Amino acid sequence: MARSARPLIAALLALLAAVSLVWMVQGIGGGNRSFILQLRGTKLAGLVLVGAAVGTATVLFQTVAANRVLTPSIMGFDALYVLLQTALVAGLGMAGFAGLPAGAKFLAEVAAMSVLSAALFGTLLGRGARDIPRTILTGVILGVLFRSLSTFLARVMDPNAFAVVQSVSVASFGSIDAALLPMAGLIMAACLGVAMRLSARLDVLALGRDAALSLGLPFDRLVLATLGLVGMLVAVSTALVGPVAFFGLLVAGLAHRLSPSSRHEVLLPVAGLIGALFLVAGQTLFERLMGQTGTLSVVVEFAGGLFFLFLLLKGRIR
Amino acid sequence: MIRVTGLSHRIGASTILHDLDLTLPRGKLVALIGPNGAGKSTLLRLIARLEPLQQGRIQIDGLDLATTPSARLALAMAVMGQQARIASRLRVGELVGFGRWPHHHGRPRAADHQAVDQALDAFGLTPLRHRFLDEISGGQAQRAHLAMTFAQGTDWLLLDEPLNNLDMAHARALMARLADLVRGSGRSVVTVIHEVNYAAAWADHVVAMKDGRIVAEGAPATVLTEPVLSALYDTPIEVARHDGRPLVLHHHRHDDLDAPCPGPATETRLALH
Amino acid sequence: MKARPLVLSGLVLSALILASLGVGAASIDLGGSDPWTMLVLMQSRLPRTLALLLTGAALAVAGVVIQSLVRNRFVGPDTAGTGESAALGLLAVTLLAPAAPIWVRMIAASLAAMAGTALFLAIVRRLPAREVMLVPIAGLILSGIVGGVVTWIAWEADLLQFVATWLMSGEFSGVIAGRYELLWVAGLAALLAWFAADRFAILSLGDEVATGLGLSSRGVMRLGMVVVSVVSALVVVTVGMIPFIGLVVPNIVARIMGDNLRASIPVVAAGGAGLLLACDLLGRVLRHPYEIPVGTILGIVGSVVFLWLLYRPASHG
Repeated sequence: MARSARPLIAALLALLAAVSLVWMVQGIGGGNRSFILQLRGTKLAGLVLVGAAVGTATVLFQTVAANRVLTPSIMGFDALYVLLQTALVAGLGMAGFAGLPAGAKFLAEVAAMSVLSAALFGTLLGRGARDIPRTILTGVILGVLFRSLSTFLARVMDPNAFAVVQSVSVASFGSIDAALLPMAGLIMAACLGVAMRLSARLDVLALGRDAALSLGLPFDRLVLATLGLVGMLVAVSTALVGPVAFFGLLVAGLAHRLSPSSRHEVLLPVAGLIGALFLVAGQTLFERLMGQTGTLSVVVEFAGGLFFLFLLLKGRIR
Repeated sequence: MIRVTGLSHRIGASTILHDLDLTLPRGKLVALIGPNGAGKSTLLRLIARLEPLQQGRIQIDGLDLATTPSARLALAMAVMGQQARIASRLRVGELVGFGRWPHHHGRPRAADHQAVDQALDAFGLTPLRHRFLDEISGGQAQRAHLAMTFAQGTDWLLLDEPLNNLDMAHARALMARLADLVRGSGRSVVTVIHEVNYAAAWADHVVAMKDGRIVAEGAPATVLTEPVLSALYDTPIEVARHDGRPLVLHHHRHDDLDAPCPGPATETRLALH
Repeated sequence: MKARPLVLSGLVLSALILASLGVGAASIDLGGSDPWTMLVLMQSRLPRTLALLLTGAALAVAGVVIQSLVRNRFVGPDTAGTGESAALGLLAVTLLAPAAPIWVRMIAASLAAMAGTALFLAIVRRLPAREVMLVPIAGLILSGIVGGVVTWIAWEADLLQFVATWLMSGEFSGVIAGRYELLWVAGLAALLAWFAADRFAILSLGDEVATGLGLSSRGVMRLGMVVVSVVSALVVVTVGMIPFIGLVVPNIVARIMGDNLRASIPVVAAGGAGLLLACDLLGRVLRHPYEIPVGTILGIVGSVVFLWLLYRPASHG
């Protein structure tokens, strides 16, 4: 790791540890401590995982797309995951897919998501990535299409149970699916490991297609692999809390601003740590100090949306 | 006639027009010429009420611009700005038809249809009237816009650099049409022209502007002279005569082809002082 | 020859209306006149069909209007923050004056929608003019932000159930006599737009052309904002968000017959009504006797058509 980045990473880690400590012990009463600690610990792990997944996924995606204003969620990745979930239940429902243990089911979904993202977004970015506004618009509309298809499938499957899809179409940091945590953690660790191994090649990828090819990088294969990773990371965060559209934009923007180096071996951990820090600190603030469990997702999206509008008006998106 | 008195215009901190007084005669083809940034387009756009009047007074055939309703002015003058590409998908005939809107406000009568037919005919657009604007060439679209301005049937036509993006043949044909318009139907045309020779060849009255002031005005033969033009463009310019009209020669350095001389950059810098 | 698109769409529309009167959870005999048939027809089928016609036509016309206001083909009344703003206004009235009569609520919703549309227009004016695709993106983001605020306030005030009916995909299964009549006002607003068709057509040629023809573009802008806002507000409040009608239908009609709005607005209205009716019928028969909301069907149909519009070759030929 680049030496110049050590102080930043150490500082982010220390901050995260401090905030996590506040989260764990703040206002803890005398009764049933172990239960409360376990509950809070689960939530903390979820928040850290989601924050890190969104942060690293956005950095990876922006490198592939050669653009700093796109995020996987703006491009419809999370809607694709929701559609995939619904479609798997609809298609394999008879074969007992829905009855599989949560971890195994999740693993299957993540694998499918990785292949699908690489195929779909590889095609899209390969064809029209020069025209960024059109690419964004395509992503947004794809998102609408995927969401509508999910609702449609759910309605056709079971006309009375469409609420299932609606519940995963709004982000909620307050309720994290604990059953998925171990598997999500494993996938997350694997993805990060692969991303860090690829980091030197990602630095070359960031130079653009022509430069990367002339330096002998297997450009197209690396793009597909990276998109596959992004797909898995989005699956992790969406499965745990639901879709978050603009949060990644804030995190990646901040990571690029704070990081002393634009090398991915620094960028990726910095983005992951910033994402985790944001969510843990935000949830501590809103849930503990202000007593509002559901507010964080709205505030994060609101701030991210305004930031995006700001970039748009400043002429940074073109 | 168009009478401009005490007209000044500022954009931010810079003054574009300095206290202009000007009278434009009726029944003539008037050309506004001058170097970049002279204020020609601003003057035209102010007369056409496309920009709000800041200081001064403009009257068109006795109608005061500040007090006459825009709808009334649309019966006295028609304007063609430097058009951006329009997003609407209109047929040529429909576009020209909108030129009659000030007369009928939505209920076209026989006279209006007749005027549209005439305008299409005058600009050679009758065969194209059912074609969509985005399916014809740029020169044809330009002609369609001009036909729309013509169809408005006003005494005055104000055109902002109508020759932009036209090749030699189309530019010449356009100027010939404007000259015919003035001679044949007694209309008055005021147009901003970048290339002096089109003014020399076709205009009846030339207004030369520089740095927001009027440097010279009058018949082409009196304005388009070597001293006036050389001072106007800060470049040595020769004027010859061709078919009885001035012909401006400025395409190379005639006098001192061999002598070492200051480059164009130095010349303009000197001119700024 | 000029009237052909109108005649054709009229014929298709009539067939769809008959089908809409005949299809539903309760089975009736259209030829009969027994009390049960009459009850179903007059209380449910006819109101529903009328509501669909009014909504589809009004939204499509509102789409033409907003496209000429921003001179951009890739926007619709549902992607300009208008509907979400209407929901915000309605929510505010519900919280501040719960006892307010229905017309006060409608006026509040329309005014809020107008404010939202004005904000959108102000943002659009600041965007670089050449970047055509940025306009719809700005509108979608604005919709998202306002929608987020509405959801949050509703969550805090425990009104989420109430709000969900406006922001979720719209459906007409709840339409019965006495609960859709406000849509006539939306229809009237669309009619008003038709009367002013020439003005909108001139406005979309640019401010300079409009001024040159003696037309006050501000006045036309205001009229357009009123039409778009009233239509969006009443539709959102009565049946929920109906996506893509206002975006897709004007595009297709313009492709076929151009933008001479005086001639094309009736076709746009018929097309909007027809598309909405067809999608609603599809939703009624696909999972009979259950229903799939028309908003969901349109989300699929509309986004596919939109993607096609984005990637079709330019119309230069």
